[in-house]
Amino acid sequence: MQVPETFDYERASTVEDAIQRLTAHGDEARVIAGGHSLLPMMKLRLAVPEVLIDINDLPGLDHVRLDGDELAIGALVRHAAILDDPILGEHYPIFADAERKIADPLVRNRGTIGGSLCQADPAEDLSAVVTALKGSCVIQSANGRRTVPMREFHTGPWETAVGDAELLVEVRIPVRTSVGSSYHKVERRVGDWAVAAAGAFVQLDGDTIAAVGLGLSAVGAPDMTCPDAEQALVGGPASAEAFAEAARIVHDAVSPTADQRGPVDYKRHLAGELTRRALTDAARRARSGSDPVDSEEGNA
Amino acid sequence: MTTTDNPPQSDTEADTTEVPLSDAGNPIGFGRMLRKEDARFLRGQGNYVDDVRLPGMLTGVILRAPMAHARINSIDTSAAEAVDGVHAVLTGETLEGVGLSWMPTLSNDTQSVLVTDKVRFQGQEVAFVIADDEYIAQDAAQRIVVDYEPLPAVADAKQALADDAPLIRDDVEGRTDNKIYDWEAGNKDETDRAFADADVVVRQEMLYPRTHPAPMETCGSVAHMDPVTGKLVIWTTTQAPHAHRTLYALVAGLPEHKIQVISPDIGGGFGNKVGIYPGYVCSVVGSIVTGKPVKWMEDRAGNLMSTSFARDYHMTGEIASTADGTITGLRVDVLADHGAFNGVAQPTKYPAGFFHIFTGSYDYGAAHCNVRAVYTNKAPGGVAYACSFRITEAVYLVERMVDCLADELDMDPAELRMKNLLQPEQFPYTTPTGWEYDSGDYPRALQKALDMAGYEALRDEQADVRAAYDNGESTMLMGIGLSFFTEGVGAGPRKHMDILGLGMADGCELRIHPTGKAILRISVQSQGQGHETTFAQIVSQELGIPPEDIEVVHGDTDNTPFGLGTYGSRSTPVSGAAAAVVSHRIRDKARIIAATALECDPDDLEWEPGRWFVRGAPEQGQTIQETAFAAHGSLELPEGVEGHLDAQTVYNPPNLTYPFGAYICVTDVDTATGEVKVRRFIAVDDCGPRINPMIVEGQVHGGLADGIGMALMEVMAFDRDGNHLGGSFMDYLLPTSMECPSWELGETVTPSPHHPIGVKGVGESATVGSPPAVVNSVLDAIGVRHADMPLTPAAVWRAMQGSPLRTDLAIE
Repeated sequence: MQVPETFDYERASTVEDAIQRLTAHGDEARVIAGGHSLLPMMKLRLAVPEVLIDINDLPGLDHVRLDGDELAIGALVRHAAILDDPILGEHYPIFADAERKIADPLVRNRGTIGGSLCQADPAEDLSAVVTALKGSCVIQSANGRRTVPMREFHTGPWETAVGDAELLVEVRIPVRTSVGSSYHKVERRVGDWAVAAAGAFVQLDGDTIAAVGLGLSAVGAPDMTCPDAEQALVGGPASAEAFAEAARIVHDAVSPTADQRGPVDYKRHLAGELTRRALTDAARRARSGSDPVDSEEGNA
Repeated sequence: MTTTDNPPQSDTEADTTEVPLSDAGNPIGFGRMLRKEDARFLRGQGNYVDDVRLPGMLTGVILRAPMAHARINSIDTSAAEAVDGVHAVLTGETLEGVGLSWMPTLSNDTQSVLVTDKVRFQGQEVAFVIADDEYIAQDAAQRIVVDYEPLPAVADAKQALADDAPLIRDDVEGRTDNKIYDWEAGNKDETDRAFADADVVVRQEMLYPRTHPAPMETCGSVAHMDPVTGKLVIWTTTQAPHAHRTLYALVAGLPEHKIQVISPDIGGGFGNKVGIYPGYVCSVVGSIVTGKPVKWMEDRAGNLMSTSFARDYHMTGEIASTADGTITGLRVDVLADHGAFNGVAQPTKYPAGFFHIFTGSYDYGAAHCNVRAVYTNKAPGGVAYACSFRITEAVYLVERMVDCLADELDMDPAELRMKNLLQPEQFPYTTPTGWEYDSGDYPRALQKALDMAGYEALRDEQADVRAAYDNGESTMLMGIGLSFFTEGVGAGPRKHMDILGLGMADGCELRIHPTGKAILRISVQSQGQGHETTFAQIVSQELGIPPEDIEVVHGDTDNTPFGLGTYGSRSTPVSGAAAAVVSHRIRDKARIIAATALECDPDDLEWEPGRWFVRGAPEQGQTIQETAFAAHGSLELPEGVEGHLDAQTVYNPPNLTYPFGAYICVTDVDTATGEVKVRRFIAVDDCGPRINPMIVEGQVHGGLADGIGMALMEVMAFDRDGNHLGGSFMDYLLPTSMECPSWELGETVTPSPHHPIGVKGVGESATVGSPPAVVNSVLDAIGVRHADMPLTPAAVWRAMQGSPLRTDLAIE
C-alpha cells in the first residue's frame, strides 16, 4: 500500500476560519476539498504537507447562480453538480461536454471546480473551459476579496495566483446572448488525462462572430489559450473556412511536449482539429439557441 | 454505446441439455449455477493475504532502486534502524549471510533477492524494512542512504547484443554478452524450400509489446516461522502453492514437512503469481530474524515495475503461398526481451514456452522459428497475462501474417482463412513443429462467427463508409478484423514437461462422508476462476451428488495433494480430469458395496446419475448417499474391499487439450483524431463441453476485455535510460467497461478425445485470440498493412501518416 508521510489534519468551519488557519501554518499547509489530486500525490510522497486544512464544511461555497451579468460558481461545487446543473447547461453546455470526459463518476462526486483550477495541472479540463469562457477567479484573504482573470490565474504549471493565506472562493463567468459553446477532448481511455483538448464559445451577431473564446488543454498553449486565433475570428464569418484558419493558427501556436500520450506533431494536429470541432459545434449551438447537449454525445 | 443493427446475441449449445436440479435448484452436474464463492465475495467476506492478521505481526516494505543500472557502492541503514518502531532492515549483505541474496528462477537462472552488487532494473529490490506498521516502515525506508554509481542501461532489446552494450549479468562467471539463448524449432531446410518455391512471400516485422497482468490484488505474503515448533507458515499470493513449498525447501534448506504454504482467496493471478518474488523471501527471512510474523504487501507501483510482465517479443514473420492463396510455409525470427534475469515460467524443455505452436490453425507443411533471448535492464519475468506459455505471441504472429498475406493477394481475409484452415478429418493433427492437436472442427466455428456477424452485410456497410470518407463527407472509417486461434492448454505430459524438475501432474482426493456429502481436495488453486463451483460440478456430474453437497478444498499444502497449480489454463484439463477419475473410482467402489448390500453381483448393477440399481429391476437399487452410509456401517464387505468411500489419484495428462475459436471485431476509427471505438465483438469459442457455461462466458468476457486493452492501450514502455513509463494505473492503462462493447458469444462443442470428460481449458482463449482481431480490424479500417500495439489514438494517426510509432520506447 502507498502511504503518505505523517501530517496534521484540521477541519475549518468558515472561510474566515480557513484563512486564519492558513495564516497560522504558512506554506506548510495545504487546503483539501475533494482530495483526488492531492491525496494521490501525498501517497506517492510527491506532496508532503505538514497540515491539511479540510474546507468541505465551509458554508456558502457550493452555489451556482446568476449574479447580475455573470454566473457565479462556488469553489466547492463538485464536478457531478456542474455536469447536472441546469443554469450552466442552459448558458454553457461546454461545462457538461467537459465534465463527461473528466475522470469517472467516483472522482466527479468528490472533485471540485476550485480544486481543479487550483491544481493548475496543464492538462486539466475545467481550467481550459473557464479560460475559453474568459471567466475570472475570486480570491479571498484576511484583507478581503480580489478578482483575477482566469487567463492570469495560473502563474505556471501547478502554480496559481492564490497566496499562502488565501482561498479561491468563487469562479465567475460572463453571461452572453446568442452564444454557443463546446468542448472536445481526446483521451487514450476513459479517465485518462487529455492527450489534447479544446473548448470554445462563439457569440454570433447574425452570421458574424461578435465574440469568441478558446481554451486549450495539454498542448502547451500559453495561458491555455490562443489570442491570435481569437482575434482572427472576431468580426469575421462563422464559417468552416474561418474555423479551419483558426485551427491552423492554433496548430502553429501551441508547443506541446511529447509523452506516452503522443508525439509533438500529433498533439499539434489534435490541437488544431479539436479547435476546429469545438468552434464548429459552438457556432452550431449558437445558431440553434443554447440547445441541450447533442444526443450522439450523450454517452460519451 | 454505439447502436448496432445486430443486437448482442448468445448462441450456446450446452444450455439445451436437460440437467436434473437439486433441492437447492442447482444442476446435478454440468450447467449454469451461481458460484459457491459468491456468498463470501459479494458480502466482502473473502479472506485475502492482506486480511491475515496475526498477533504481534510486523510489516515489511521494500526500498526499490530509482534507476535501471547502477553499481551500489554502499548502503547506510543506520538512520532507518534508529526510527522508533523499526525492528530490522535487511539488505543484500544480510541475506548473503544466510545464503539467500540470490535465488533460482523458474528458468534455471538466478535472480537477486536484495541487491548485493549492482541494480539491474528500475524498481529492483534494494532493502527490506521491518517495522510495527507500514507507515513507520515507509518513513524509515526513506532514511536509507544508498550510494548509487549510475551505469549506461540497455533499454532497447535491439541494442542488447551490440558490441558496446553494457554487460548486465557480470555476476555470472565467464559471461561476456547479454544473450540468454538461441533456440529453434521446425524444419529449416523444408521451410527454405517452401519459400523458394512460393509464388508470393510476405515479410512483416512486428512487436508484441511488454504488458503486465496487473491483477487487482498485488503480490504479498505473511510469513510466520514459529520459533517453538520450527514450522514455517506462509500465507501468500501464489498460483502454485505446492511448487512454492518445494522451492522454499530446496532454496532455503528448510525441511519440506515444516513448511505450510496457504494461498487464501486470490484477487487475480493471470500468471503474475506463478513465480517466487524477493518480497516473499524477505518476509520469510524477516520472520526468522525477528521471531514474529512479517507481512509484506506490495503497492501498485511495485507490482507494475518489478513483478512478472508478459510478451516483449520482437518478431519478424514471413509467410509463403501460391498465387491463389494456398499457404505453403511460415517462418519467424524472434528477439525475446527477458529483462535482467531470465525468470520465465516455462516447461523446461521449451525455453520459448509453447511459441513454436505458431503455425496456428492452418494446413501447411513447412515451418521454422528461431528465438533469440536477451537480457535488458528491465524487470524479469516473461510468461504472464493469460498467455498459455507464449501461444499469445504465436497466435498474434500467424493471424497478423495471414492478414498481411490477404492484403498482398487482395483477397478477403475470411476467404483466405477458410481456404487454409485445418479440416475436421485431419484430426488428430500433427503440426510441422511437432504438436498433436487433439480435436477440432475449425470451418464450422469460423462459419458460425461469420454468420453471427452478418459478415457480408458488414463488408457492404464498410464500403459505404469508405465512399463517404473518400468524398470528404466524413472522417470516419470502419474496420472488420478476424482471428482464428488454436490454443494448447493443460500442461502437461510429465515425460515432456516439468518446471525446475517437477513434473506437471496433479493429485486429487475425494472422500464421501457417511451421509453422502463429499469433500474434494485439489492441487490447483483458484484466483477467481470459480474452482469451488466447477470442481463440485464435475463430481456432481459423475456421482449424482448435488454440487452444494460437495466441499472443494484448495490452496493449502497441508490439506491438499501435491500438484503444480493453476496457470496456462491447466486446472480443468489436468485437475479436472483428476476429479473425474477419483469420481469414477468412487463409483466403481460404490458398485461393489451396493452389490453387497443388495446381495447381487456387481456386474448385475447399472448406473444412473446418483444411483446403482439392479438391471431389469430398477426399483431395487441404492443411492450413492445410501451406499456411503453402508460403506461406513456394519455391512460385511467382500474380502479385499476396505470400508469407507474414498479415492485418490494423480493425473498425468497424455497430451494438451486444444481449444479453438473464431473472433470478429468491428471498429469505427476517427481518422482525424486516431480514436478507435470497438463497435462489436463476436467470439465463437470451442472448449469442448462446458461445465458451467456462465463461468466460461465470464472468462471469455474478461479475456476479450484484455484483448482490447492490449490492442489499444496497454504497454510498458521504457525510456533510453531504462526508466519505466508505466508504473501506475495513470500510466499503465487497463480497459474499462466504457471501451468494451456488449460481447456476442457463440459456441461449438468438439470434445477432447483423451480427456476423461472431454473438456478443454478456456481461461486464456479470449486473451490469446482477441488482440489480433482488434488490430486486424483497426488496420483494415485505415488501410495500413501493419502498426504495432497498442493502437492508441497517436499510434493510429501516425500509422496513417506513414510514420508509425515505436511503442516499446518513450515517444519522442
